[in-house]
Amino acid sequence: MRWIDAGALAVVAAGVMAGGWAQTSGPPAMPVPPPPVQVQPRFVVALDAAHGGSDTGARFGQDILEKDITLALSVHLRSLLHARGIEVVTTRESDIDVPLLNRAETANHAQAAACLVLHATPTGSGIHLFTSSLNPAPSARLLPWDTAQAPYITQSLKLESEIDTALAHSEIPVTLGRASVQPMDHLTCPEVAVEMAPLVGGHVSHPRDITDAAYQKQVVESLAAALEQWRSDWKQP
Amino acid sequence: MITRGHKILFAVLLLACVAMAVALIRLRERAQDRLQAQAAEEPAAMTESAGSPPRIVTLYVPNDLDGSLTAVERSIPLPAGENAQARVLLESLIEAFAAPGTTHPISVASGINDVYFLPVPQGRGETKGQIAVVDLSGALAAAQPSGIEPETLTLLSMLATLHANLPSITQVHFLVDGQPRETLAGHADLTRTYLAAETNPQPSPVPGGTP
Repeated sequence: MRWIDAGALAVVAAGVMAGGWAQTSGPPAMPVPPPPVQVQPRFVVALDAAHGGSDTGARFGQDILEKDITLALSVHLRSLLHARGIEVVTTRESDIDVPLLNRAETANHAQAAACLVLHATPTGSGIHLFTSSLNPAPSARLLPWDTAQAPYITQSLKLESEIDTALAHSEIPVTLGRASVQPMDHLTCPEVAVEMAPLVGGHVSHPRDITDAAYQKQVVESLAAALEQWRSDWKQP
Repeated sequence: MITRGHKILFAVLLLACVAMAVALIRLRERAQDRLQAQAAEEPAAMTESAGSPPRIVTLYVPNDLDGSLTAVERSIPLPAGENAQARVLLESLIEAFAAPGTTHPISVASGINDVYFLPVPQGRGETKGQIAVVDLSGALAAAQPSGIEPETLTLLSMLATLHANLPSITQVHFLVDGQPRETLAGHADLTRTYLAAETNPQPSPVPGGTP
């Protein structure tokens, strides 16, 4: 079984940020206690544009592929978050194959405060938000790879609620659910899978296709607003 | 020089070889007969369902627009035997996917190859009951719309329908054309076993309702 040493990652990150390693060179004549350093916790968002390369994902008509829509959403959202001063890591920036393992490792290594897995589907209506179907579990230093998300489920549900509120504010219909989709169970961060569907159905006043630029912009702006709110509520664990 | 003893030993070994060959051939014939009898019984069980009295069953039909499962009562004849019943239940559910005005459109002629049962291994935290191994057809996987929501709804509707009508089924594992597969259509994980507790369908059935 594969394990993740969550504690070691946190210790390394904190040590680097506090400059602890840089102060070890040269024997000090007198042990002078270092001045207290205010460690500024990093707020990083990990964006995973699902599929890519030979994995096309869903098809929308003849020419449009899910992998292209998720990449467009990821690039747009990254720009908006940068503009708000939020650090972002992405699992891909072009149309390439990225193994699920690498996607999870990118997000976990970044110690992300929020992870969004971006998908798109031709069925349903509005935005589908999913959290992992794992049962919540207490945090531990060593996490089993297959259930690494379990200690973060409560935080993931809070992040989902934040995104739900922001989308509702933009009058975009939202469906909430739990799902078993990889690499979600391997992520050691509060995570939500965001699946974009067309705007259809009796309750929708203005039906919109998934490729509608205005609709995509509305969704991405809502996600950015939700993550900005998440940052203001966020406390580093 | 071959001694008399060697000759006798050789003859005995030869006889033993012939006897074992005959025994193996007989065993193989018996196994073949048994398999043919089972295969003949299965369609008989399916056709028997047409003659057996209809039973009220509950199908959990997905709605792609709101991500829900709605209980719909149907009166269908069920064959004897849990395997055959599970198969008929799932085929009825898949028929509902293709019905006019469906809220979860999947159009496929035959979606289920077979359903097998295994006992839940008794260990730490395991509940009693049976694992149903549902062998989906490749045609169903090919017709399944790709996406987290539609794929998850397909799996959960099967899980909820099986558990509601055959409560001994507490877990379901899915195969496609007899083989393990990573996802149903690019999203929903098929490498894991799904638990009946994961479904949260609407509690009140709609008598005679249409999906």
